[in-house]
Amino acid sequence: MVRELPMGPATREAYGAALVELGKSNPNVVVVDADLSKSTYTTKFGKEFPDRFFNVGIAEANMVGIAGGLAHSGKIPFCSSFACFLIDKGYDQLRIAVAYPRENVKVVSSHGGISIGEDGPSQQSIEDVALAVTLPGFVVCVPSDAAQARDLVKRAADHKGPVYIRTGRPKVPTIYTGGEFPFGKSRQLEDGKDLTIVANGLMVAEALKAHDALKDDGITARVIDSYCVKPLDAEAIERASRETGALVVAEEHSRIGGLGSIVAQCLAATTPAPLEQVAVDDTYAESGTPQQLLEKYGLTWKHIVAAARKVLGRKARPSTPPTAGKAEENEPHPFEV
Amino acid sequence: MPLTVDELKAKAVQVRRDSIEMITAAGSGHPGGSLSETDLLVALWFRVLRHDSKNPQWAARDRFILSKGHGCPALYSCMAHAGYFDPAILPTLRKLGSPLQGHPDRRFIPALEASTGSLGNGLSIGIGIAHALKLDKTDARVWVMVGDGECQEGQVWEAAMYAGAHGLDNLTLIVDYNKKQLDDMVKHILPMDPLGGKFAAMNWNVMEIDGHNMQLVVEALEESRKVKGRPTCIVAHTITGKGVSFMENDPKWHGVAPTKEECAKALAEIGA
Repeated sequence: MVRELPMGPATREAYGAALVELGKSNPNVVVVDADLSKSTYTTKFGKEFPDRFFNVGIAEANMVGIAGGLAHSGKIPFCSSFACFLIDKGYDQLRIAVAYPRENVKVVSSHGGISIGEDGPSQQSIEDVALAVTLPGFVVCVPSDAAQARDLVKRAADHKGPVYIRTGRPKVPTIYTGGEFPFGKSRQLEDGKDLTIVANGLMVAEALKAHDALKDDGITARVIDSYCVKPLDAEAIERASRETGALVVAEEHSRIGGLGSIVAQCLAATTPAPLEQVAVDDTYAESGTPQQLLEKYGLTWKHIVAAARKVLGRKARPSTPPTAGKAEENEPHPFEV
Repeated sequence: MPLTVDELKAKAVQVRRDSIEMITAAGSGHPGGSLSETDLLVALWFRVLRHDSKNPQWAARDRFILSKGHGCPALYSCMAHAGYFDPAILPTLRKLGSPLQGHPDRRFIPALEASTGSLGNGLSIGIGIAHALKLDKTDARVWVMVGDGECQEGQVWEAAMYAGAHGLDNLTLIVDYNKKQLDDMVKHILPMDPLGGKFAAMNWNVMEIDGHNMQLVVEALEESRKVKGRPTCIVAHTITGKGVSFMENDPKWHGVAPTKEECAKALAEIGA
């Protein structure tokens, strides 16, 4: 039986509430938004602290540049829009006005992933994590629930340097009641010996359900919430690889360039093990309800279970190097799917 | 001590010489725009800006951003002669390990208010700084210089609309209107006229001046400090390669270094 998790607020709502708390405790916290403040939930901060809230209109490039200038002058700007508009339209400015001069800007997007639903692919961000992690010096986080989002937002304000936090549109299951989520770390939610499921964002709840389903079949899975994509908790990932020997990485993002790529890169350099990804294929999605899209594009606990079975098959049948001059013709290459 | 107009003119000769020598030594760089902006930069750094090279992080200092970052040789020369670093390092422009990077880089020179080089970024950064200065209730001013070709970037107009709408009167934008860009004359690539009219339509106070008339440059810059309720845009009509006859008005000199022979000829024209 897979567990039922109580539904909690969306991570974007947690962001809005945390911002108001930050505004009260730190007069240097300012917010810039690009006409999506009702959706990103920065509007609460704007009402409470109008002098420290700058709605720049529909002009993301200018918004990110303004955030860089505010940070340059000692403010702690939180800069928000939908993930695809904020990162994609503001990318040159994230390079030139934030990452390159190492300005203390906090970039917090909403509407990450395909779970925004009906608005369709122009608003669905499946590339933002990949784009954010390549900006030198950026910390990149994808919180899985409201409590974690709140802690990460507060942590971002205390951190000296640029941070990207991706929040989501839909309400998400509650995983934590509180707790500390330091940058560069992860949280192990279940232990197991057969494989490890590494997930972030709304795929963490799915990973826990997959854990339960696998357990019913006698398979024990370790579950790691890798809420900090960069810096990755490499120590926990390497240990998981060493101790369980197989991994599934689940994320609501393109399978290229996100958590799966970074975990694979980490393991290739340290403790290689069979790895399967549960992610959005190299394609754009479509309109639909969030649940319909998550099912159609392969982002549910059932997909994690299928990936787990596949990776366990590869683990049981480790590929051996072909003997000289004699290729193993009948052995499928592990990456030919 | 702020310099007199005659002293500023003499300083501009020095800065033009430095730019040509630096770019020649580097073997690459942008002489055309460095020479066109020189009189504007000299007026700012030696007369108009409130700054103190002994205290580069002074909270009440004016902030200057060279958004057209490729014009940095002239900026480096001004800052060196204003005491921010030893003029002896000017010949290290663009060389490995030098703080004088190919485009302005705050990591190497913290007194630079922005790292630039990707065109279109400076005005937005300046707006952020202008907002922060107002929040901090200081009367320091933000000065941003852009090129006319740079104004083809959409971000410039996002920022222009915003600054005008918000009446950011602690902000002066200076357009080095030299009418050349890398590939050709601006009017042949994407005409910008009427440039001042565009800013005026966005609630900017606009002044159009001869950017090589030092008296007028000083007056316009100082006048902009007094304008309330609106940001000021100074459209400074300039000449690419100003001071070197074979560089003037020739887009070829946007981004090509002179040879040693051309350098000697240029220095002879600029004078001493």
